[in-house]
Amino acid sequence: MEKIKLTRRDFLKVSAASSGGMLVSFALPASAAPETKTDTPAGFSPNAWLHISSDDVITIQVASAEMGQGIMTGISMLIAEELDADWNTIRAEFAPASKDYYNPLMRRQATGGSTAIRGFWEVVREAGAVAREMLVEAAAQEWNVLANICHTEKGAVFHDASQRSLRYGDIAELAASQPVPTSVFLKEPEEFVILGKPMPRLDTPLKVDGSAMFGIDVQLPGLLSATVARCPVIGGQVRSYDASKAESVKGVIKVVQISAGIAVIADHFWAANDGRQALVIEWDNGPNTELDSKAIYRSFASALDKGSDIAVRQDGDIKAGLKAASKTLQAVYTVPYQAHVCMEPMNATADVRTDGCDIYAGTQAQTATQQTAMKLTGLPEEKVKVHTVYLGGGFGRRGEQDFIIDAVECSIAAGKPVKVIWTREDDVMHDQYRPATYNQLQGGIDGEGNITAWEHRIAGPSILARRFPQAAKKGLDGTSTEGASNIPYSFDHTLVSYAMVNPAVPVGFWRSVGSSQNAYITECFFDELAAQAGRDPLASRLQMLAEHPRHAAVLQLAADKAGWNRTAPAGRARGIAVAEAFGTWAAQVAEVSIKQGRVHVHRITCAVDCGMIVNPDTIRAQMEGAIVYGLTACLKGEITIAGGQVEQDNFDSYPLLSIDECPEIDVHIVESTQPPGGIGEPGVPPVAPAVANAVFALTGKPVRSLPIRL
Amino acid sequence: MVKLQINGSKRELDMDPDTPLLWAVRDGLQLTGTKYGCGIAQCGACIVLVDGQPVRSCITPLASVADKQVTTIEGLSADRSHPLQQAWIDNEVPQCGYCQSGQILAAAALLTSKPQPSDADIDDAMRGVLCRCGTYPRIRKAIKKAAAQNTKKQES
Repeated sequence: MEKIKLTRRDFLKVSAASSGGMLVSFALPASAAPETKTDTPAGFSPNAWLHISSDDVITIQVASAEMGQGIMTGISMLIAEELDADWNTIRAEFAPASKDYYNPLMRRQATGGSTAIRGFWEVVREAGAVAREMLVEAAAQEWNVLANICHTEKGAVFHDASQRSLRYGDIAELAASQPVPTSVFLKEPEEFVILGKPMPRLDTPLKVDGSAMFGIDVQLPGLLSATVARCPVIGGQVRSYDASKAESVKGVIKVVQISAGIAVIADHFWAANDGRQALVIEWDNGPNTELDSKAIYRSFASALDKGSDIAVRQDGDIKAGLKAASKTLQAVYTVPYQAHVCMEPMNATADVRTDGCDIYAGTQAQTATQQTAMKLTGLPEEKVKVHTVYLGGGFGRRGEQDFIIDAVECSIAAGKPVKVIWTREDDVMHDQYRPATYNQLQGGIDGEGNITAWEHRIAGPSILARRFPQAAKKGLDGTSTEGASNIPYSFDHTLVSYAMVNPAVPVGFWRSVGSSQNAYITECFFDELAAQAGRDPLASRLQMLAEHPRHAAVLQLAADKAGWNRTAPAGRARGIAVAEAFGTWAAQVAEVSIKQGRVHVHRITCAVDCGMIVNPDTIRAQMEGAIVYGLTACLKGEITIAGGQVEQDNFDSYPLLSIDECPEIDVHIVESTQPPGGIGEPGVPPVAPAVANAVFALTGKPVRSLPIRL
Repeated sequence: MVKLQINGSKRELDMDPDTPLLWAVRDGLQLTGTKYGCGIAQCGACIVLVDGQPVRSCITPLASVADKQVTTIEGLSADRSHPLQQAWIDNEVPQCGYCQSGQILAAAALLTSKPQPSDADIDDAMRGVLCRCGTYPRIRKAIKKAAAQNTKKQES
């Protein structure tokens, strides 16, 4: 076993809860967290990771948002493993907004970038191990034996020599009075009994009987419902409005102008919706009425024509490399804006009072949510409580603050708790979209058929410029170039550059972010070059991945499992692609056919190396889900702009992949003892290029824009 | 007052008879397992059973179900014991979970009319019920598993 020194032990706080249990809290050095209050009510411990009650129930505070990725179960597994807990006694709750729950990788309480397991991997296991060690000390004290001859298993401490055992609940109170250990043992992977096993998700039962509470389901005494009319033109605002008809709708309580538009507040949603239909609003459409998709792409192309792109990666000498090549190939690739369309439309509930504010929301950003409410209400941090509930999908969308602002402003206006629900039309038309981009590519091939030169110039909007402007000041944005600047192939000459162009269309983080489009662009242009060189797509990749063994291994595994070297069934072809994103490597082989002018994806074979495996069934589920999510973008998804408006507004104009279009999906997980990688997003990037490369193999015509149109 | 028979009990609702059944059950009866997804019968998150048939409650006026039996996810079983709920748990179908009430009720109606559905039957019954998390492969598996339970019951 590896002895971990608790360098953060000064920040470790242990105290008895009033229920007679034990609390272990593990805060981060930066947070200077307040002391745990000993008068905290039983079972509610805002400054703690876990609570063991005298009835043996272990309650774990999950800092991350559960949006379907299984983190509630994953975090619980990490703690239960080191605690040697009985899995059947584990309960999980969503932690409140607090510095104690900052994700070390994000330096705030937020869920994104596939960072939850990576960020909390050590912290919460240490919390579990500290708790276990103090329980052992307590039992040893009770028995008057040495602690080092006791052991733990399934929620109990054992002293074999005397054949005695004590349940954790029996000694929780005594354990709380033990000195905090200065170091703890963390298990080696071969000692794991929970990690690596397909543990049942803790939230599944609640999601088959309608009892899981999502934001839209929140109920409070006196709760009102609201909906907000927003200017359909991006950047537009209210010039004037007449609320008289809306106010006369039965159930409508108040009509009020808020930052986002005109809010109709009623005693239930449908009354608010009827009221909204009755509003008469004159919009000031603002400066973007001429904006359309063509103009946006033209602005991207023009930025590259002017040479305003900045190099983010330069190896060798690209100009000389292209000049020396015996064959060169140029291509332009584009991808459109994409919407998130979580199945649960955006919504939030706020209860703003003079003495405090409670926010109930499915949010990926607790810290930001708390700060938003503090700013709007003027209340101090300790008066603003954020109650995280289940998220009906997140995909990056629920890291935004717009729906929180709506709820807080409506509650202030009404003087009552208000739930603001976006309609699907609001959701599709007022998203922060995955960026559209325009890409100029050039490749060079030498006389022997080796790809020697690679130039990729990207133009498109910057997410960071909108979200974290300080981070995008120099005209660079790593989220725009990820998946392109880290292209793994060993070309002699590489240039990757980026020109930031920010049209008025708001952009945001969308599952797998830059890699979602850049893996498509790079992996498809690579196949174009391989075809020019007369090389097999797999062989040509493997040849250039000597320094990237994890890319090579997942490629080989996916290819083997898909039968890459066997001829595809008649009328079908296969395509392959690989990407590393968020510390995880994934390769996919797509088998497709074309019937009546439509692409049919029959099968996706996926190999994934995400380092150490926490829950293999969750990894499978996330790969399956990411593939379906990516297929919608590959085959269907496209947000277009005309007259400054988003032209799509619901599932009829922004369709999603449906069950009859869903391919068979096989997922193969690489066994590994490397530190864990992310799992929520890395399955998305390879799917579009795998499918597009298969279409290229079938038709001989490269797919240079998405969604695929034959 | 609109009288309603829902999940085996009689209820009265003081709501406009034109109110969509979706919002009547959610806001009027606090049965929040039925979900809003699109409002235009495109996604299936709002599916409930009306006399055993799957119905998009977002476009169904409250008054139109006055004399009918309405079943929401809360009424499918009292204890998650419906074979589909069990199959859903065994196959770990849900991810975010938001669309799953509609998925399960659509599947329940399918198994009632076709206890042994083919893949094509599943496609036909389920293609209009959208899942953004991509749980489709598991939905298909779970329906087949529940259907296999039907066979076992018939045999015994």
